[in-house]
Amino acid sequence: MTFKSISEIAGSAMAAQTVRLNTIASNLANAESVGGTEAATYHARKPVFAAVMNDNASGQQAGGKVQVLDVIQSTEPLRKAYEPGNPMANTDGNVYYPNVSEVAEMTDMMSASRAFETNVEVLGRVGQMQQSLLKLGES
Amino acid sequence: MGINFAQAVAVHGDALQLRTERTRILAANIANENTPGFQAQDMDFAAVMASNQAGADGTPQLDGDNGPLYRVPYHPSGDGNTVEIGVEQAAFAQNASDYQTSLTFLSMDLKGIAKAIAGQ
Repeated sequence: MTFKSISEIAGSAMAAQTVRLNTIASNLANAESVGGTEAATYHARKPVFAAVMNDNASGQQAGGKVQVLDVIQSTEPLRKAYEPGNPMANTDGNVYYPNVSEVAEMTDMMSASRAFETNVEVLGRVGQMQQSLLKLGES
Repeated sequence: MGINFAQAVAVHGDALQLRTERTRILAANIANENTPGFQAQDMDFAAVMASNQAGADGTPQLDGDNGPLYRVPYHPSGDGNTVEIGVEQAAFAQNASDYQTSLTFLSMDLKGIAKAIAGQ
């Protein structure tokens, strides 16, 4: 069932890129969400992808799906700002801004949506191949 | 003398199957474009086809010496991923065209047999 496994591979990649776009949307939305303590402040999130290798009939590994292993939080230092008027400020009058880099997130978003589109193309092309195979023998 | 269908469609049936298998490998490469440490693979189409021709019957298999090979990237990347999306897209498009070609040849073979059966 090769066509089925191709569709599964492209589908898994689309799902993985969707998770990636999800984290990017979350990061951008919370780019200015301040917190009173370091722990309570939003940290940029990032998915970790891993390949799932399947053995074929002869035990060889060729091609595999993608899975999202985990979503990790960035360990970059947070930006501390002195804003005593901010309701979120701690006793010293400081607030913490998330370690989200808007520029990096925007480029990551472009990369993720391009990767998603590429896999949509793969799925469409494989669909065409299957359609033409079904028409085999027709005049 | 009867018509041997296996002989009539000759090499194109096997070629079609290998093309499909290669599509899967290339789709996996494209899918794992952003996976750290993923190593892109491809098959040596000529070698698998040739070994199948030498070994007479049976469908072509990706095994033993003809197993999938790893692609050598043009540029190394920081995360160990060897997928170069442009290369993979080009290979995928080329492979899809080759698939259509094999399919067309197969279709022509079948039409020839149909003509012989109908006696036209």
